[in-house]
Amino acid sequence: MTRQPPPLSVDARSLVGAEVRRREDGRLLRGRAIFCDDVQLPEMVYAAFIRSPHAHARITALDTSGALAHPAVLCALTLEDLDKAGVGPIKPNWVVSECHVPRRPVLADGTVRFVGEPVAVVVASSREAAVDAAELVQVEYDPLPAVSDAEAALAADSVPIHENVPGNLIGRWDIGGGDVEAAFARAHSHVKLRLENNRLIPSALEPRAIVAQYEADTQQFTMHVSSQMPHMCRRWVAETLHVPESRLRVIAPEVGGGFGSKMHLYPEEIVVPFCARLLQRPVKWTETRSENHVATTHGRAHTEYIEAAVEKDGRILGMKLRTVANMGAYLSNMATGIPTVNCATFGTGCYRIENYQATVDLVTTNTVPVDAYRGAGRPEAAYIIERTVDAVANHLSLDPCKVRELNMIEKGEFPYQPYGNPIFTFDSGDYQQSFNKAKELIGYDQTRQRQREMRAGGRYIGVAVTNYNEICGVGRSHELAMVGFDRGGWESAAIRVHSDGTVTFLTGSMPSGQGHATSYAQIVAAELQLPLESVDVVYGDTAMVPMGNGTYNSRSMPVGGSAAKRCAMLVLEKARALAAKWLGDDASTLRYESGKFHGESGEVEFAQVARLAHLAHMLPEGQTPGLDVDFKYEPEAMSSPHGSHAAIVEVDVETGTVKLLKYVAVDDVGTLVNPLLATGQVHGGVVQGVGQALFELADYGDDAQLLSGSLLDYALPKFDQVCSIESHFFETPSPTNPLGAKGVGEAGACAAPPLMVAAVCDALSPFGISHLDMPLTAPRIWRAIQKSRETENS
Amino acid sequence: MVEEKTYPIQLTVNGRQRALDVNARKLLVHALRDDLCLTGTHVGCDTSQCGACAVEVGGKTVKSCTILAVQVDGETVQTIESIGTANELDPVQAAFKACHALQCGYCTPGMVMATRELLRRSPNPDEDMIRDALHGNICRCTGYHNIVEAVQQVAMQVARNEVRLEL
Repeated sequence: MTRQPPPLSVDARSLVGAEVRRREDGRLLRGRAIFCDDVQLPEMVYAAFIRSPHAHARITALDTSGALAHPAVLCALTLEDLDKAGVGPIKPNWVVSECHVPRRPVLADGTVRFVGEPVAVVVASSREAAVDAAELVQVEYDPLPAVSDAEAALAADSVPIHENVPGNLIGRWDIGGGDVEAAFARAHSHVKLRLENNRLIPSALEPRAIVAQYEADTQQFTMHVSSQMPHMCRRWVAETLHVPESRLRVIAPEVGGGFGSKMHLYPEEIVVPFCARLLQRPVKWTETRSENHVATTHGRAHTEYIEAAVEKDGRILGMKLRTVANMGAYLSNMATGIPTVNCATFGTGCYRIENYQATVDLVTTNTVPVDAYRGAGRPEAAYIIERTVDAVANHLSLDPCKVRELNMIEKGEFPYQPYGNPIFTFDSGDYQQSFNKAKELIGYDQTRQRQREMRAGGRYIGVAVTNYNEICGVGRSHELAMVGFDRGGWESAAIRVHSDGTVTFLTGSMPSGQGHATSYAQIVAAELQLPLESVDVVYGDTAMVPMGNGTYNSRSMPVGGSAAKRCAMLVLEKARALAAKWLGDDASTLRYESGKFHGESGEVEFAQVARLAHLAHMLPEGQTPGLDVDFKYEPEAMSSPHGSHAAIVEVDVETGTVKLLKYVAVDDVGTLVNPLLATGQVHGGVVQGVGQALFELADYGDDAQLLSGSLLDYALPKFDQVCSIESHFFETPSPTNPLGAKGVGEAGACAAPPLMVAAVCDALSPFGISHLDMPLTAPRIWRAIQKSRETENS
Repeated sequence: MVEEKTYPIQLTVNGRQRALDVNARKLLVHALRDDLCLTGTHVGCDTSQCGACAVEVGGKTVKSCTILAVQVDGETVQTIESIGTANELDPVQAAFKACHALQCGYCTPGMVMATRELLRRSPNPDEDMIRDALHGNICRCTGYHNIVEAVQQVAMQVARNEVRLEL
């Protein structure tokens, strides 16, 4: 079937919901788009970092003289040089209550605490010379004991990593409601489980890169950064480098994927502009893939201990959760909020579990700092609850779908406040609808039949249907304050109406593949009832877009899109007043349709009103020249997308290999601005979730050496390891924003991991296997099968 | 310290004769990007897994991160910049756009080159063949589904003579 774009004459008002093809595609397909490493400036030089090969060590000698002797080297710096200028330290942005925050120097301060920690930097006139020069920096280390496992780090005999973090425990956080002890006391039985949420490497295909310039006469910095939030980057760099924000321009050019890894303050973002100012030449730094594995944040990395109190029929009365969350060697930007506010809060998922108690231990270890990765806490929560429900089903020998159906929150119960907590409410949802649809589309009952038949022939397929819900679209600014998040939750939207009636829309959102140049144009053109082609979208440059909070937490449509819609409405209000004055009619009697105001005395086009506004010859009382509006949208609430996904897998029990046979995604993410783009987000999130479940692990050895050093050892999912994804949407508009959008970017990453594990374990249930930790690699599955066979034989 | 020795090479890039002086260890991808300012070819990894660097050398698609610039002395090289124009996308590119087969676009030039190689070898590939032939190209954004559709679409269009594809 050939995919066709919508006809050109589509009514502007129906642009929201249309499968408009992306205008950014032309330049990307032809290799004309500018990513950070594509930026070439006159006299540009190259930085390379010297990184610790030890997980934990004292630096006993640090000598840059060898590098400085290299003819192509312009400078070689250590922390001493930054300290002299009073630069640093790196501070986290989200600190939940009562955490011991380790001091994080920009470059190592005499002790290195993870493999990859930057120790020094060299700048040279070519890429190759910089790499050569880095090797000429002499560093001597006195290794210390190192620990990579969070539970081991909490043990009494573990090596302390930071002076101000007793017992390596950064903080303890809890949440709960109801009466958990009473629920456990009266329950029929208890189910216990232990889960690993495997450490992942976000692996955006474009490595992080920075090009920094400094203009000495104006003391002006310009930085090109591959960033999901150029304005926040600007604030944090200015603050840490101790330069005025007014003299720092940050430009995010094309960004090649982010997934949560390009939205934190990194040491390189301080060191590279520092070098540019010192040398008064543009300095470029681009990480290699191997460097990315140790220099850019990791994701997930939890261990969960769960207990559920259940009735004989499968009803879950209560739940206890203890999470041990690995923060890594230093606190990255959002790190403390991910396993706590973003995860433990949502441990009860789509289910009516009224008695709940969760405690989270935030632990430091000698590993790469851990921070947000697609879903940032909500995939971990979905994993917790969905594996728990499956464990309950297994414990009681009930069909897992039946247990889900029994416990799911029903449509009539919304708005629903899980376990009576005061922090959040799920505003709406119809979990049964998506669950039934997913069951139907996967052919659940027929597949069970097929499963029985195939088992008789020695072949093992598995089928599962799982749910997820999540909270995204951050958020109300004063609520962010309440949880210790040092930033606002609004988003900026500005419309410039030029004197010829064409429109430029500026947003504080920042795409890294989401298609904002198209989707925002759709929203604004629809609201202004103008042809799509007359609206252009601008983002990424802090000199053009004055304020912004960037793209993360699936907020670009619910928050950024609502900002766009409201901003356009305000433009129309201004235009209406001027049109009325021009026509001599009452503003309230004018009709606006398809770019024209119609009044009793005549009509006037939007473009003509724009011209009148620029001329300002006869403006209405109190109105300023032009039709421009600068708007900041403060969300009313966060939104709650939800869905049910289903899959069929086959496990080859002789090799342990999993083959994904069929995947169905049913999602309700509210209003779809562009269904083509929304489907793309589901596909991408699902495959990342499948990657977590079956292939990916950022693995550390006993000595806290990162074993997953490159793509040879970190298994990103490939074409031939996944199948096509059948995507279906229900569109229940969010009641809490004018667009009705809920956010779709992270849905797939929440849904897929517990689904994959459930489906594989379903295939392996004849072997008595009810749980395996991710990633479900072939060797892991094979070993489990062998063990089961041995147990059977003995 | 001795200056690193450089070697003069001549190559035809996108139809133009180019002359470069490169050191022995310069990768073709860096020569293209840094010396010739052809930045459409991307570097996504350092172990030859990802395919973002794919270009055509002597009419065959290869990973330019795994070839030294000195090895293409005398060769013909085509990069993504020679495929399609601003006014008219090449049929492979047009199919990618129609099917939303790209998101961030970083893998896309290599993906287009790899698709061209696939269609050179198998004008009528089914889904399994497409997934197998392209498994040397990694995409982190799309989940691959739409790329498979795009390849199927352009293959069908070629088979039906609806488009002319110059490989």
